[in-house]
Amino acid sequence: MKSEFTLKLDRCKGCGICVSFCPKQVLALDTLGKVYVANHENCIACGQCELRCPDYAIFMDKVKKEAAK
Amino acid sequence: MRSYENFFRQNRLPHLWCPGCGNGIVMKAIVQAIEKNPDFNQDNTVIVSGIGCSSRASGYMDFDTLHTAHGRAIPFATGVKLANPALNVIVITGDGDCTAIGGNHFIHGCRRNVDLTVVLFNNNIYGMTGGQASPMTPLGKKATTAPYGSVDRPFDACKLAEAAGATYVARSTAFHVQHLIKTIEDGLNNRGFSFIEALVQCPTAYGRRNKMGDPAKMMAWMRDNAVMKNSWDKLPDDKKIGDKFPIGLFFKAESESYDESYKKVQEIAGGAAK
Ligand SMILES: Cc1ncc(C[n+]2csc(CCOP(=O)(O)OP(=O)(O)O)c2C)c(N)n1
Ligand code: SF4
Ligand code: SF4
Ligand code: SF4
Ligand SMILES: [Mg+2]
Repeated sequence: MKSEFTLKLDRCKGCGICVSFCPKQVLALDTLGKVYVANHENCIACGQCELRCPDYAIFMDKVKKEAAK
Repeated sequence: MRSYENFFRQNRLPHLWCPGCGNGIVMKAIVQAIEKNPDFNQDNTVIVSGIGCSSRASGYMDFDTLHTAHGRAIPFATGVKLANPALNVIVITGDGDCTAIGGNHFIHGCRRNVDLTVVLFNNNIYGMTGGQASPMTPLGKKATTAPYGSVDRPFDACKLAEAAGATYVARSTAFHVQHLIKTIEDGLNNRGFSFIEALVQCPTAYGRRNKMGDPAKMMAWMRDNAVMKNSWDKLPDDKKIGDKFPIGLFFKAESESYDESYKKVQEIAGGAAK
């Protein structure tokens, strides 16, 4: 995996902004309307999700190559 | 925890804004811009806001903060700056707060070139009170007070600020986050009245009534219609149509700031001219 996520779900309001702007369809909303990482293997660690989350609920950190093995 | 989160009052989060409201994006951009400026810290920076959804931001920001009266953030901020010119003073305001009830304070703040950085969260509507038209509601857009679409020609707050005498004038959007942070950062560095208009989506009181889709669609509209100033200037007039609008730095000038002018008055009054 190229990335590691920290989700602060008590802050997530299910607006779908991160889901919509993810270029790789990695994220989705669950039945309660909270974000979850649905296709982690597709993540390119671009950070678009964290960049535009209005509620500071999703944080993405790049994973270094060696650590990713 | 990200370092910029030190500038938030953690016990006040999550904030009260609606799902997908753009205000949270701009509030974060402001603290990230502050973080980039080594001269700004929590003890020498004051956040002043008026009244509105956007103006609630001051309550979440861990600085000395003033949540003032509707339209009056700039006068309060002017007072803070003159009382202690060493402080960095940032104003958070809405399109209604700044250009309707606070319109005169706004132009006179610009005219005096008070050393403030004013960030206008433009959602094109009175969000907090349920969706009345503001002076920045575009022609034809619906509001509770304009059920058939607004016929009142809107203000371009950037042109207004420039004409009134502001010395840094720029626009960005909640979609263009990196650009927004840089725009605010440059505004903080200007000695004088800095005005930044940040477009924000209000899905609840504006988007829904105008069938603009979900919050992401409203941001995609910003992405698709904002044109960087350099490209905008090269566009022929017949291409500056529809929803297209310019973003970027519109104006920058050097001029004495009001606290410097006022210091001279204090010196004379104190006997320096004798
Ligand atoms: C003196 C006064 N008049 C009217 C109001 C009611 N009021 C509260 S917020 C608001 C408009 C807010 O619009 P805007 O500044 O665009 O902020 P937004 O909520 O859209 O962020 C009004 C008219 C008030 N609080 N005080
Ligand atoms: S952008 Fe933030 S608040 Fe919105 S769904 Fe994603 S994580 Fe939740
Ligand atoms: S880092 Fe990029 S690819 Fe990964 S989930 Fe976020 S937006 Fe999608
Ligand atoms: S009414 Fe609009 S501006 Fe106010 S919090 Fe909701 S979405 Fe944001
Ligand atoms: Mg508004």
